[in-house]
Amino acid sequence: MKVLVAVKRVVDYNVKIRVKADKTGVETANVKFSMNPFDEIAVEEAVRLKEAGKATEVVVVSMGPAQAQETIRTALAMGADRGIHVQSDAELQPLAVAKLLKAVAEKEGPTLVIVGKQAIDDDCSQTGQMLAALLGWAQGTFASKVDLKDGTVAVTREVDGGLETVDLKLPAIVTTDLRLNEPRYASLPNIMKAKKKPIDATTPEALGVDVAPRLATLKVEEPPKRQGGKKVGSIAELVDKLKNEARVI
Amino acid sequence: MALLVIAEHANSELKPATLNTVAAASQIGGEIHVLVAGSNARPAADAAAKIAGVAKVLLADAPIYEHRLAEDLAALVVKLAPGYSHVLAPATTSGKNFMPRVAALLDVAQISDISAVVSADTFVRPIYAGNALATVQSKDATKIITVRGTGFAAADATGGSAAVETIEAGATSGLSSFVSQELSKSERPELTSARVIISGGRGMQSGDNFHLLEEIADKLGAAVGASRAAVDAGFVPNDYQVGQTGKIVAPELYIAVGISGAIQHLAGMKDSKVIVAINKDEEAPIFQIADYGVVGDLFKLVPELSAELDKVK
Repeated sequence: MKVLVAVKRVVDYNVKIRVKADKTGVETANVKFSMNPFDEIAVEEAVRLKEAGKATEVVVVSMGPAQAQETIRTALAMGADRGIHVQSDAELQPLAVAKLLKAVAEKEGPTLVIVGKQAIDDDCSQTGQMLAALLGWAQGTFASKVDLKDGTVAVTREVDGGLETVDLKLPAIVTTDLRLNEPRYASLPNIMKAKKKPIDATTPEALGVDVAPRLATLKVEEPPKRQGGKKVGSIAELVDKLKNEARVI
Repeated sequence: MALLVIAEHANSELKPATLNTVAAASQIGGEIHVLVAGSNARPAADAAAKIAGVAKVLLADAPIYEHRLAEDLAALVVKLAPGYSHVLAPATTSGKNFMPRVAALLDVAQISDISAVVSADTFVRPIYAGNALATVQSKDATKIITVRGTGFAAADATGGSAAVETIEAGATSGLSSFVSQELSKSERPELTSARVIISGGRGMQSGDNFHLLEEIADKLGAAVGASRAAVDAGFVPNDYQVGQTGKIVAPELYIAVGISGAIQHLAGMKDSKVIVAINKDEEAPIFQIADYGVVGDLFKLVPELSAELDKVK
């Protein structure tokens, strides 16, 4: 059984982003990038399925510029077997990424596709669901537990009121939430080994996918700044302020 | 053309997130229809018909919609979509689940989590955990939109008198089935609609210590939340989580206890009207956005707060 995992290179979650002065986007020059945290969880889950003998191969795919290969290497160092890089310098929106993943999935024939529930840059939370729709497969989003069975997978989902478990017919798509697992750090020997693992390169054109954006970004701005920073000396003073100044209690 | 709002409901009742979504639809302009897809969902449909500004309610009542599985719900919405210029759903875990599926089946983009309407095709949405706001324009024929509840004041739940029209349910996809759910039982308000929220972070040190916050919550009629750090540490379940990857809230009063104020937490609560921070580290970033900060040991200060609240009530 093959597992396909999609990973995205994003601005590192520790970076305090800056909006560009001309309002065309966010400053990405000289900024640290890393794998989207939810995608790390996706890679970890796939590798664990392989270690448990439930999966035979873990294939990692990433779309984007040349540097996306670094993100693929990180996944290979975590234990994935090989990579696919869909090279593109264009802006790739979720629908386009889903179409590219569909093309890759049709070639690879995975039984399970695992992706992060959301990328922490555009915060869209769309790609996995869109891929499921395009393939006509079932989806288990925001997963906190994945239990592979014969022909089906039980996915426990983080929903607003608590947890929900659904049974999905395989092949299926799973999108990962935080509590699914704790991703490992790649060890130095595994990082060295990952350098020898194969990464195939392809392009949207070769996959026959039109990736033209459907949404035009007119401008990107900073949100209004909040005026905070006031401190009070005691709880009694706090309660007094909340009651008589802010009038919220 | 009319707009279609997909109701968030629990069959027997309508969820408040529907009201914010109707409000967003009103700002776009046009006749508003609401789809209630559920099982024995007549009460939810009747409630939707009373929302001010709603012209018609479509009720698809069938067992397959009881748990609103994405595969079946998306198929139903796709069938209805050609009659509408915009389809909107709340950006809840339910809306986020089925709406991208609808968008892909229609071969259109989804505009996720809008916080403001600029015009019928242009919307504002937060990106990078709300550290930037993008204004985006859709070129697609049908706009598929999820709505951030805190961006829109709720539409009036009463005053409307729309007709409820029963529509035919679709066939089941057979792709997925509901197994079980474990919903957190709480007498307290839901996080996303609470007027007051008290949240704990890593500084709480254990799940047991959250009873300190629960005590305050019960005095203020508040919901209890948590930072991602507290969820990661296993203190509380994930549905408590406020932040970029959890719930987005904007209550009248938000009390952050033992929360340092990581970017991803601030993303979920910085639009609250009044923010209080209690933290022993006076350099903690949470103080920069707090209206009232108290520096000190939470295990001393929170019981003090509880006692002080008794005095003013």
